[in-house]
Amino acid sequence: MTVAQRSTRVSTTLDAERPETGVGLIPGRVGAGRPRRRSVVGLGLGLAVLALLACVTAAPGLFTGVDPNAVDLRQTLRAPSGDHWFGTDQNGRDLYARIVYGARPSLLIGVGASLLALVGGVVVGVLAAQSNSVVDQVISRLLDIVMSVPGLLLVFLIVAVLGTGSTNAAVGLAVVGLPGFARVTRAEVIRVRSCDYVEAAHGLGWSKVQVVVRHVVPNTVGPIVALATVGLGSMIVASSSLSFVGLGPRPPTAEWGAMLAGSRNYLEVAWWPAVFPGLALTVAVLAVTVVGERIQGLTR
Amino acid sequence: MADLLTSTAPRDEGLDGTPGGGGRRRLGAPLARLVLTRVLASVAVLWGAVTATFFLLELMHGNTVDVLLAQSQAGPEVRAEIISRYHLDDPLPVRYFAYLGRVLRGDFGESYMLRKPVWQAITEQLPDTLVLVATTVLTTVVASVLFAALSATRRRSLRSVVAAVESLVVAVPPFWLGLVLLTVFSFWLHWFPAIGSSAPAGLVLPTIALAAGPVAVTTRVLREGMVRALDEPFVMTARTRGISEPAVRLRHTLRHALLPATALLGWISGSLIGGAIIIETVFSRRGMGRLVLSAVQNRDMPVVIGIVLVAATTFVIITVLVDILTWFIDPRTRT
Repeated sequence: MTVAQRSTRVSTTLDAERPETGVGLIPGRVGAGRPRRRSVVGLGLGLAVLALLACVTAAPGLFTGVDPNAVDLRQTLRAPSGDHWFGTDQNGRDLYARIVYGARPSLLIGVGASLLALVGGVVVGVLAAQSNSVVDQVISRLLDIVMSVPGLLLVFLIVAVLGTGSTNAAVGLAVVGLPGFARVTRAEVIRVRSCDYVEAAHGLGWSKVQVVVRHVVPNTVGPIVALATVGLGSMIVASSSLSFVGLGPRPPTAEWGAMLAGSRNYLEVAWWPAVFPGLALTVAVLAVTVVGERIQGLTR
Repeated sequence: MADLLTSTAPRDEGLDGTPGGGGRRRLGAPLARLVLTRVLASVAVLWGAVTATFFLLELMHGNTVDVLLAQSQAGPEVRAEIISRYHLDDPLPVRYFAYLGRVLRGDFGESYMLRKPVWQAITEQLPDTLVLVATTVLTTVVASVLFAALSATRRRSLRSVVAAVESLVVAVPPFWLGLVLLTVFSFWLHWFPAIGSSAPAGLVLPTIALAAGPVAVTTRVLREGMVRALDEPFVMTARTRGISEPAVRLRHTLRHALLPATALLGWISGSLIGGAIIIETVFSRRGMGRLVLSAVQNRDMPVVIGIVLVAATTFVIITVLVDILTWFIDPRTRT
């Protein structure tokens, strides 16, 4: 078994581990009682946070009237107060405003990378499944090669080639995510293709492209969406990590990872610049994860 | 961990109903076949990776010279000298095989920025990173087995609390956890040395920051495996023989839970290689982080590619080792 096949097996093992099913001697207890209620609360909270984040991302101006990049050197590193809810940073910029305006770059790199990986992976996966065995083999081996490089290092390589910045960081992350989607898509397409309704569509004289677009792709969507939602949280963490080490959006863009990087030199005198952006990031990732796991549960 | 397994193996074989419980002498040939196929596949993948980096460098050539000359007002003769010095004008196949040969010897060329061999730059920084990764792996294994054994219970309320804590820990970005640990334990409490320390005590906080996520994920997988195994008939058999609860957990259920957890090891090691680089930045530690990040920012491609290939090789070797480990843990995979 190759490296990449190995990894897919890891993920299937994980998927198999996840459901809270008491399989075995007590099958009747599956999802009964309190745990279900608790997870509904969790889901509600997750959805509420996601809705809030969507609003903040779309219209940060509604949440603060302060300019996130307004430098005030008389107000540097002020502790949280009525004037500055989350305090100010080393340049006297209001941290609350920067976190609000930072939502867009912080979240959109990860979301964009996931979408790019999904679209690219689906195209490659369908191509591999629908091609002859030589093309299929070539694509699979190329995916093996991409997957042989640890994710973050592959991003470093791509950013080194393309240069730093938000778009290039997203492209790098997308390349790392693509093989997973391609593999799942390929496997799903091969599974769906042998279904009766696909055979029937062929029998009715539909063209290959029509069948793929109308029948095969819609029926492979479930596992692919599940993969995307579950991976989104780690994509967001990865993109903020890139900003943290200076490979993301350029300053003075308010991005949570970059803000945390800026806080590093002042930890001794000010805890707030190191805490609030990270808190925002954690809450966002947690919300995405909670909702993502639910979507994964639904699509199974 | 391996000791634990081998020592308990003979006792388990009859009970868990797995085939292949025969003598160890017959295992040699299938194991050799497994190792051989995995190694060959890995070599092919790595060869592909090296080839890919070669073409990447090819595509960037104009760029490379520009990067080298970016800071200076050099004339065309300097440019020509650099082209000939790095053999940038040989025919493509010649350069490819020369490149392949050099990479095989561990010669990744010379850093444009540091003006020294890439291999030397890497070996100077590698030990610090390896120490951090090693302590993290060790922490992950010990802590997750411990936590899983303690939290593997049928009580759903307790399990859902533990699961919630795990989800929270997984959601916390490691670099932020590192910053918070630094603030609290170095700057407020002064328990651990602050930024830039290479003393052993300086390893504690980076290890915690890096291990937290893997510990949470591994604990979850181990626990769910153990809870499932607790319902298996062989556990009941073991209990009827009067084996104590800790023994049931460590000898019988843990082994079943180890299989999915071992499969995770490959994924974790891949993420640790990248994660260590980020954590080193948080704590301003010496190591690969500083080297690779400055190389990426300066587009010092020989260094970036050297590190990528070293990391890929390490990752692939670990994956093969995980396969072999799986083979030892679970007799059912020996077909």
